[in-house]
Amino acid sequence: MLSSEKIYKSLEDSDTIFTIDDSIENTMVLNMGPQHPATHGVLRLLVKLDGETVVSCIPDLGYLHRGYEKLAEHCSYHEFIPHTDRLDYLSPLANNVAYVLAVEKLIGIETTCRVKFIRVICCELARISSHLISVGTFAMDVGALTILLWTFREREKIQDIFDVLTGVRFTTSFTRIGGLANDLSDEVKKMIENFLNQFPEKLDECEKLILKNKIFIDRCEGVGTISKDDAIQFGATGPILRACGIEHDLRRDAPYLVYDELDFDIPVYSEGDALARFYVRLQEMRESVKIILQCLDKMPNESIRINVPKKVLPQKEKIYSKMEELIHDFMLINFGINPPVGEVYHSIESSKGELGFYISSNGSGYPWRLKIRSPSFCNLQIMPKMIVGSMISDIVVIIGSVDPVMGEADK
Amino acid sequence: MKELIKKKLQEKLSDYIIDIVEFQSDLTFVIKAENLTIISKHLRDDVELEYSLRDILAIDRYTNENRFEVVYNFFSIKNKLRIFLKIKIEDAESVPTLVDVFQSANWYEREVFDMHGIKFYNHPDLRRIYMPEEFQYHPLRKEFPLMGIPNSISLPRN
Amino acid sequence: MGIEERESFFTTTIDSLVSWARKNSLWPMPMGISCCAIEMMASADPRFDISRFGSEVMRFSPRQSDLMIVAGTVTYKMSHVVRKIYDQMPEPKWVIAMGACTSTGGMYRTYSVVQGIDQFLPVDVYVAGCPPRPDNLLNALLEIQKKVKNGNQKSKREKIYIAE
Ligand code: SF4
Repeated sequence: MLSSEKIYKSLEDSDTIFTIDDSIENTMVLNMGPQHPATHGVLRLLVKLDGETVVSCIPDLGYLHRGYEKLAEHCSYHEFIPHTDRLDYLSPLANNVAYVLAVEKLIGIETTCRVKFIRVICCELARISSHLISVGTFAMDVGALTILLWTFREREKIQDIFDVLTGVRFTTSFTRIGGLANDLSDEVKKMIENFLNQFPEKLDECEKLILKNKIFIDRCEGVGTISKDDAIQFGATGPILRACGIEHDLRRDAPYLVYDELDFDIPVYSEGDALARFYVRLQEMRESVKIILQCLDKMPNESIRINVPKKVLPQKEKIYSKMEELIHDFMLINFGINPPVGEVYHSIESSKGELGFYISSNGSGYPWRLKIRSPSFCNLQIMPKMIVGSMISDIVVIIGSVDPVMGEADK
Repeated sequence: MKELIKKKLQEKLSDYIIDIVEFQSDLTFVIKAENLTIISKHLRDDVELEYSLRDILAIDRYTNENRFEVVYNFFSIKNKLRIFLKIKIEDAESVPTLVDVFQSANWYEREVFDMHGIKFYNHPDLRRIYMPEEFQYHPLRKEFPLMGIPNSISLPRN
Repeated sequence: MGIEERESFFTTTIDSLVSWARKNSLWPMPMGISCCAIEMMASADPRFDISRFGSEVMRFSPRQSDLMIVAGTVTYKMSHVVRKIYDQMPEPKWVIAMGACTSTGGMYRTYSVVQGIDQFLPVDVYVAGCPPRPDNLLNALLEIQKKVKNGNQKSKREKIYIAE
């Protein structure tokens, strides 16, 4: 055995099978992660280097595989809502919304207008808070630590809004099938308005700090470039797709909730590199602010649960005072919602891309099969394509610009 | 628009389609496994369709016949319409891979293999994606218990 | 006899001096695995500001740290990595199990999640919550500091549970 081959062999451990196709003396295998500050969680990359250039790259997933899909088969439809929080833990509210929309589609019910508006507000706030982390950690990976602290400061304000709105800081479980857990009070409305009034300014500040920074631009420009065709071929969605010049956003292309009534732009850049993805995220936050302001304006005053007693949980205070509601609540909790037999798929545009739930029901209170189409998983697949051929120091930039959340990618 | 596409697909692929299911506005075409590659090539190459593969999933029906269903989720950015292809297979039957048509199928198929144990022939790199390589079971099969098989995965010594 | 006494007196002061220094400069190894890691990051931000307690130096290299904060769901596949990192940390070292998942497996009673990291790691402080609020993590840090201050082997083995 060649000595270099021995080294590769010793790098293998029980978790990975890494096959060596050739063992030229001057290539080297580097193991990155799963515990690495720049891999955003527990992503593991095996990269083969020739000098400083990456020759091949193999991502290794599954370090956070928590068995959601199996768990879903053992949970009633209501019980699964808290689990959706932990999928993409940077934007839990968006996951809640995506899941209940899928279940509502399965049952064939539609919620009231107010609920739809509140859900849109939730989704967009979640998008802002997720992009804030993404922008901050990306800048940190490149070497600009201050941005992270600034974006975290803004994120804390959103966290406070969630705290008052849903009762917790981030594992919200806010939506219910056919409605919401509780209403958006005037206090929250005030908080959101206050936040939105000062946010664009703060965002400009952050932008000024990095986007005039030559080091930052030089490190991101032209790094991790992918072409339009590749992006489509590999099934990438979200900011990655929009950064290569494809105007695809499910909020436009397959409108759900009330997005077709709202006026917003979809930022598209054509470069397809890390910097373009960064710009897309920054612009999207601005658009989200626009959307939320419109929603706050247009929101009608209505009930936040529809009245379908066999499917939708009654309001808490009614359970304690009315017999009928108590019985319905008991039946729903014990026997589930028993949707019609069939299969549905519903997807939303979450902050990472297309987040979809495919539910197959056999008429009982438990889903027969629930499949999560997670954007991070699909976006990760294109990453080796971006990494191969670039320098080793670009890897952190590329991971940061793809912005995977492993909770969602590993499921 | 939707009706138009539906009709078009029906015309073009009529020889291959066994059944069309429409439930809550989701369109599913049930096809035979051997026609999968031809149909997906067509979906990709037809200039009016331009579909791309968004996901692959399998459903374990836990029956003696046609135990597994494999569902392919296609979306066309051009037409903004989503369709599903579904094939029904027996236990231990292999499915042709779609990697040469859509590169994204690579990981999706690995995931289906890992979770259900369905093999895709001609797949370039069919190994587990989530579970450790030495794990012997396929968790999303219905006979696999939720809590797993004790001692089937090792823990580090204390 | 007298010299010995003086010596022992001397060493105990060194001990307490060292423990005092150690206590106020715990360098955490942030083993951020999933959702809880975000709250751990939040505890380092300007609002909760973990640096008030001398622990802002998050070291991503285990060789430079003496406190491991395990934040997130530990799966069987990950458990080997966590153990490997723990083994690389120099003695003396402490472990905080942050969150329900890490302490007991939490809401994931599934085939792939380790039902509590104490199956393969000695844990000092368990923090309840899903996720624990950053203030609670700071509370855990203070508990660890108390423990470090006492410094002796006996208290090292005792476990502390922090409620939500
Ligand atoms: S305890 Fe809760 S928040 Fe923390 S990792 Fe587990 S599921 Fe996530």
